[in-house]
Amino acid sequence: MLALQGAFREHVQALARLGADAVEVRTPADLAGVDALVLPGGESTTMDLLLGSSGLREPLQAAIAGGTPVLGTCAGLILLARDLEDGVEGQRTFAALDVTARRNGYGRQVSSFEADLELADEAVPMRGVFIRAPRITRTGEGVEVLAQLDGEPVCVRSGPIMAATFHPELTGDDRLHARFLAGVAS
Amino acid sequence: MAEQGTPRVKSGLAEMLKGGVIMDVVDAEQAKVAEDAGACAVMALERVPADIRADGGVARMSDPEMIIGIQEAVSIPVMAKARIGHFVEAQVLESLEVDYIDESEVLTPADEAHHIDKWKFNVPFVCGATNLGEALRRIGEGAAMIRSKGEAGTGDVVEAVRHIRSITGEIRALQAMDPDELYTRAKELQAPLALVQETARLGRLPVVLFTAGGVATPADAALMMQLGSDGVFVGSGIFKSGDPAKRARAVVEAVTHFEDAAKIAEVSKGLGEAMVGRSAKSIPEAELLAGRGW
Repeated sequence: MLALQGAFREHVQALARLGADAVEVRTPADLAGVDALVLPGGESTTMDLLLGSSGLREPLQAAIAGGTPVLGTCAGLILLARDLEDGVEGQRTFAALDVTARRNGYGRQVSSFEADLELADEAVPMRGVFIRAPRITRTGEGVEVLAQLDGEPVCVRSGPIMAATFHPELTGDDRLHARFLAGVAS
Repeated sequence: MAEQGTPRVKSGLAEMLKGGVIMDVVDAEQAKVAEDAGACAVMALERVPADIRADGGVARMSDPEMIIGIQEAVSIPVMAKARIGHFVEAQVLESLEVDYIDESEVLTPADEAHHIDKWKFNVPFVCGATNLGEALRRIGEGAAMIRSKGEAGTGDVVEAVRHIRSITGEIRALQAMDPDELYTRAKELQAPLALVQETARLGRLPVVLFTAGGVATPADAALMMQLGSDGVFVGSGIFKSGDPAKRARAVVEAVTHFEDAAKIAEVSKGLGEAMVGRSAKSIPEAELLAGRGW
């Protein structure tokens, strides 16, 4: 669990409810024994700076390139995106997920919202909480769309990487985390 | 059906700010320095609290033009302050689409009896508190985030420590109580019963708790985190210091690595002069800001 800044506590709680052992990662030493990564929501520009100063950028980049499963939500999706729109100058990403993400794609906080989402292979909709959320404006080949909102992808999967523009950790509905963990186990 | 302004959406932004530093800025240039240093949000205001304190007079909401200038300069959330009880200032700030409104004791209160009814707004509010009862009353009025008040503009962290210890200590006391005792405790706290019960169950406030008021160094910020704060507001402490960019960056690092003393030592090196500051004890009672609001 990347714990440099943001809503990592809620992810840790969701993972714990599902029986996973989550460790907070702030330094490269914390990565020892980690089987899968979660990149939380928060402020992507803050996390970008802290990834550099903590020395975590290179080992995380290597782990992701090496096929370690990753779940990214909101800012976490931005960190994974291959291309970024409306980032700050020099903002970097791991460029591991072939999508284009637009930061604050719906506008400022007054435009933040929650809505029901149809999740692939699930009968019951999932409540999605979108907080100054990014928008996925392009998906590359091989990127599977797991959930849409008004025809736009809001949750995607590509190989061992799963990412959502909304916050499954804020609703207590752990289905997305469960799906991610099932993928890790297999 | 998409719904805006729900409690979950309002408190959700505060959840995303956790582990971060929110910095007071008075113009676009400072806002950019704050963003480049890793601030998770900025608070736009005309004068930092140290200057408000020095200037005296009535302190009001900032000029919308200045707030817009800051919104255009940065991509991180922009907060702004309204006077306690001044719901029209809050309406104006909402129309400007600020990301959070701080109903703040740093400005001169507009109403001596009533705080703003924050449920009426789509934009979320953060409010100051000195103790648990005050925090829960604000949440009852619709605040989606709480910050301990401290004594703004002093560079003296003693009041911030008092307030965060008071809030977290009172929460621990609630947790130790028999459920039967919470009814009377709610009356004593002058707080809504449901919120008292929820706080006892969670072992923390139902919304995010930051610290504000008097934080001037990386060690001050880490102290507040170790005392149970979810994040830190830094007001005068950054732009009233010798090297704001470097100090801002150091405070951001200290909040992330708040339990790593070696890291805090490293980032504290060579920061130049901290803000001069003024001991909170030396301030006459009539000039104290933390007593505003109830």
